[in-house]
Amino acid sequence: MASLTAPKIVSSRAHFSDSHTIARFLDTDGYVGLRKALTMFPEQVAAEVDAASLLGRGGAGFPAGRKWSMLRKSPISYLVVNGDESEPATFKDHFLVERDPNQLVEGVIIAAYALQVSQAFIFLRGEFALGLERVQQAVNDAYAQGALGKNIFGHDFSLDIVVHTGAGAYVCGEETALIEALEGKRGFPRIKPPFFPAVTGLYGEPTVVNNVETMSNLPWIIRNGGAAFAALGAGRSTGTRLFALAGRVNHPGVYEIEMVKNTFRDIIFDEALGGGIPGGKALKAIIPGGVSSPWFGPELLDTPLGQDEVGGLGSMLGSGSIVVLDEDSCVVRAVWRITKFFSNESCGQCTPCREGSGWIERIMYRLEHGGGRLEDVDLLLDLCDNIAPGLSWPPQQTTICVLGPSIPSSVTSAIKMFRDEFVAHVTNGGCTHV
Amino acid sequence: MSHFHPDLRARADELVTLYPRKRSAMLPLLHLAQEQDGYLTEPAILEIAELTGTSPADVRGTAAFYDMIHLEPVGTYVVGVCTNIACLLNGGLEMLEHASDVLGCPVGGTSADGLFTLEETECLADCNLAPCVQVNHRYVRTTTPDAFSELVSDLRTGSTKHDIPSHGTLVRVRRSGGLRVTREELAAQRATAAAARAERDAAAKAAAEAAAAIEELKKQD
Repeated sequence: MASLTAPKIVSSRAHFSDSHTIARFLDTDGYVGLRKALTMFPEQVAAEVDAASLLGRGGAGFPAGRKWSMLRKSPISYLVVNGDESEPATFKDHFLVERDPNQLVEGVIIAAYALQVSQAFIFLRGEFALGLERVQQAVNDAYAQGALGKNIFGHDFSLDIVVHTGAGAYVCGEETALIEALEGKRGFPRIKPPFFPAVTGLYGEPTVVNNVETMSNLPWIIRNGGAAFAALGAGRSTGTRLFALAGRVNHPGVYEIEMVKNTFRDIIFDEALGGGIPGGKALKAIIPGGVSSPWFGPELLDTPLGQDEVGGLGSMLGSGSIVVLDEDSCVVRAVWRITKFFSNESCGQCTPCREGSGWIERIMYRLEHGGGRLEDVDLLLDLCDNIAPGLSWPPQQTTICVLGPSIPSSVTSAIKMFRDEFVAHVTNGGCTHV
Repeated sequence: MSHFHPDLRARADELVTLYPRKRSAMLPLLHLAQEQDGYLTEPAILEIAELTGTSPADVRGTAAFYDMIHLEPVGTYVVGVCTNIACLLNGGLEMLEHASDVLGCPVGGTSADGLFTLEETECLADCNLAPCVQVNHRYVRTTTPDAFSELVSDLRTGSTKHDIPSHGTLVRVRRSGGLRVTREELAAQRATAAAARAERDAAAKAAAEAAAAIEELKKQD
């Protein structure tokens, strides 16, 4: 049974048709968290987020509070909000910027206060045209309400937020690439170390980069206290989380549910959530955390939706996306399309990723469209091993960023689980799915 | 003489001032050029180079990295059909094929009448309404071939029932308000916060010392 009793922390307004307006926002606890935060010391605000144990919602799952406190030694210059959501089948940040832009802006102001920065940037995907307009409107409204600008709500704190527009590049979701794009350059991830923009970030200055959903959690955490947030979920996975459910399900959508208390089976099959698979078909596989994550078979359906619970089984909760493949879905076609995506989006800096993604895509293409060879299956594994040696999880790194080592996930999962389908594509001279 | 129309040039000038460094306005300026011309033209490249303090080659090189920036003319409507995983599983490839037939242009091409450019896109993050279609970066949410055909005939007849601005127009909400805090003001803000923290730390230390002294006295009793 799905556990649906937890409060809605980031999606509480989403059911209103005017959830994005300042009027609705002010009617429903708008800026209450911010007003409270401004009466606290900045480090008390940070301590509250630490107490919540809020894990970053971007994909890596790094504790947000620690990201802030690590940097305490040197003052932070800039806060950058990552809204460049491009991991395939992930659409929860899209949901947040369109449905509740004011909540995001409030969260950003709270974070900026905790970090004592006076300049924040919200970096949104260019494809989110409506979201961009709504967030810009929310920023304008915040200025009009005195929640932004000089001496916010009469306190000795000032902040400006600039809404920045991306231009279509998946790799810019990687935080150092995002910073390069924000500096007006090609979105090339930066060489590590330093591992954190907190050391060398925007314009070479200490910068904190946080995800849209992470920011959207802050107003509730400040209103209700970090302990109330930490009381939800279990283990390292506290609070609720937005899950984007897509693929072969009856009710695809964004669902906010308590961490760990629900399983993949709950979110896919519960009537109040995914509602099962169209036509009552059998589930073939799930992609649990974006196309960068290794797949799960039906035997892992009862795995709880938690960071360590999924991580312990050799995959990841990642971006909070869950894709369902049913018995009619062709895994070879799915893997071909996923590798084509990586091939398109590789920034081209590192050879294993730039060349490897293209080679794998071409082999997957000929398997799917006819012309594949029996030895292609092992050739694919060999290529994957060159990109992420040992094919372990988390993958070995041969490249500047994690885009490259994410390529093998779907290829090796699908071969491990459905090798016979790959072979059948060779013997049948291509795909036989309609 | 500016290539940008006066109102767009004013917005370009404002964009440059929003960032600590001019070059940061690069992507918004590229979008602005497309808002005016539909794609990135040579004169726009020259002017963006001047606005951002870079070279035309640098602007072109940066623009070429990003999928949304077009270096060649496009149709009035740029139609994007997603075929990535969630859409693929729900007929994305079939939708793309259908779109190519209905629009009369190959994927990546522009129709003879110059009305439509068709693109196969990566995930557009609207996967609950798969397959996902955008027209000039507005979600049109036509998930069936029939609904798509209907939309296309609306667009052909110039119907205004769809809220689709010209290609390149992303944000129609103008920025109002704004502040650039100077380094001095920031330092003052931080100094105030640091003083408050020091005061509080001192108070906490004094309280702890007092408590320790009382403990000590109790022990002596």
